[in-house]
Amino acid sequence: MMLRLALTHRIGAFTLDVAFDAPPGVTVLFGRSGSGKTTIVNAVAGLVRPEQGLVSVDGWRLLDTAAAVDLPPHRRRLGYIFQEGRLFPHLTVRQNLSYGAWFAPKGAAREDMGRVVEMLGIGPLLHRRPAGLSGGERQRVAIGRALLAAPKLILADEPLSALDEARKAEILPYFERLRDEVQVPILYVSHSPAEVARVATTVVALDAGRVTGIGPAFDVLGNPALWPVGVRGAGAVIAARLVCQHPDGLSELEAGGIPLFLPRIRAEPGHLVRLRIAAHDVILSCARPVGLSALNILPGTIEAMHQGDGPGVMVRLVTPAGAVLARITRRSAQVMGLAPGKTAYAILKSVAPAPEDVMPGTETTG
Amino acid sequence: MADWLSPDEWRAVALSLKVSFWAVLVSLPLGILTAHALARWEFPGKQVLNGLVHLPLILPPVVTGYLLLVTFGRRGAVGQFLEEWFGIIFAFRWTGAALAAAVMAFPLMVRAIRLAIEAVDPRLEQAAATLGASRPWVFLTVTLPLILPGIIAGVILAFAKAIGEFGATITFVSNIPGQTQTLPTAIYTALQVPGGDAQAARLVWVAIGIAMVALLVSEWVSRAVARRIAGG
Repeated sequence: MMLRLALTHRIGAFTLDVAFDAPPGVTVLFGRSGSGKTTIVNAVAGLVRPEQGLVSVDGWRLLDTAAAVDLPPHRRRLGYIFQEGRLFPHLTVRQNLSYGAWFAPKGAAREDMGRVVEMLGIGPLLHRRPAGLSGGERQRVAIGRALLAAPKLILADEPLSALDEARKAEILPYFERLRDEVQVPILYVSHSPAEVARVATTVVALDAGRVTGIGPAFDVLGNPALWPVGVRGAGAVIAARLVCQHPDGLSELEAGGIPLFLPRIRAEPGHLVRLRIAAHDVILSCARPVGLSALNILPGTIEAMHQGDGPGVMVRLVTPAGAVLARITRRSAQVMGLAPGKTAYAILKSVAPAPEDVMPGTETTG
Repeated sequence: MADWLSPDEWRAVALSLKVSFWAVLVSLPLGILTAHALARWEFPGKQVLNGLVHLPLILPPVVTGYLLLVTFGRRGAVGQFLEEWFGIIFAFRWTGAALAAAVMAFPLMVRAIRLAIEAVDPRLEQAAATLGASRPWVFLTVTLPLILPGIIAGVILAFAKAIGEFGATITFVSNIPGQTQTLPTAIYTALQVPGGDAQAARLVWVAIGIAMVALLVSEWVSRAVARRIAGG
């Protein structure tokens, strides 16, 4: 399943001009607000008509302005998960879930209602109405409704942004399962680095209506020049394999031959895990540090240093475990004499609680 | 009970109910369509349509009645056509009273339904479209159930207006006992006769009773609908 997309569209002074092909899995449109993410998704859905464009799923054209193809939204076979859920208030949860299935072509390959209900844990809600559901429950029902419409393409426009952190943590695993279990391409809009790190197979970085970077999540997130949302949220993602669980509550992982110790991760030994390492949680040292409380230290070579307007410098360090970003001050960089090619050690203050998953085949890192 | 009102008075009450019932029933689909067009569609002449729909609200009812007589009377262009081709006659028949009532009540009905449609979040309709529902299906499965309280309000309002319609009715179809005499025209006639006050008062009580029942029913139905939509 391959999504092909090329769009140009002007709204006032804003020009959207993007083109990319997305491989199977979750393709995250990543950028700050106003970068054109939602416009892209709405153009794919047929809710916005771009001046010029081509959108196709596996060669099936939803939109091709050059050939005067422009399917109306209801014939595009979508599962659109909206930011605010948009459940139908007059229908029960069960009726909401089966709404799309009712309109899907008779022979369409469809998800089994029971399986989706079980995967999303919404069995007890089936007879209730949306007004009586919590935000997290509503969003899970919205995911189910999109899945059960027998879609050829799933769109998700910041599906978690209306939720608090606890609810986000509740829903994110469902998107990860979606990515790993459902054979439908997913176009996912987000401006949250943590979310991107968890769900993305491919990241499309957007800025002011243009694509500034595209590639596997590990490559794009580990490249400081591509960070579309500013240094504050920056952080690389590395893949690690769970080695064993220690009795003192730590899990031992291994990434590129380097052992890492994290608070208990619920996974079986041998399981692949994605770790997000926020750039502001990394300390750099010129020599291998001794006598530190930090457990996780990655040796590496500085590959690039990216300087913005502020007092900070973003350093990209290539380690055997993968590329890591460190945000340090310009002053420290000068004092330490850091430069591309030099050896440095990354001391990890903390590592984001790891999601229990990684796409098979995406573990190769920079 | 039956001799409480004279046969002519009973006929006036029954005729009023019949006229209002048919006036509302026949104009309802057109009312929903017009309200939807005014609320959601952009088309040339939208303001003209809006003006036409609201005209009976502002014009003196006598003028509306006169215009109906001119167009739908047996000599009128539309009236002649309908009589020749379909055998439908409006002039001085109860059907004419129903037409007058429908025209006069139409703006109120359209207004209530239009407000309800405007209150429906278009994003819900978009969501339905992305789930595979074509425009007519979106309307039937999302918009219509959500505007049901507004439709009920519009129907009751239009029914009340139709029951009370006087000016256009008396101008268009006159005031013939047993044929075109409705509740308001009967009250009017009673008041013209010396000593008819008591008869008028009885009919007034009937009018108040009908209005109260209509209001209570509408309240009860809208509550039931609202409960069904908002229920957890």
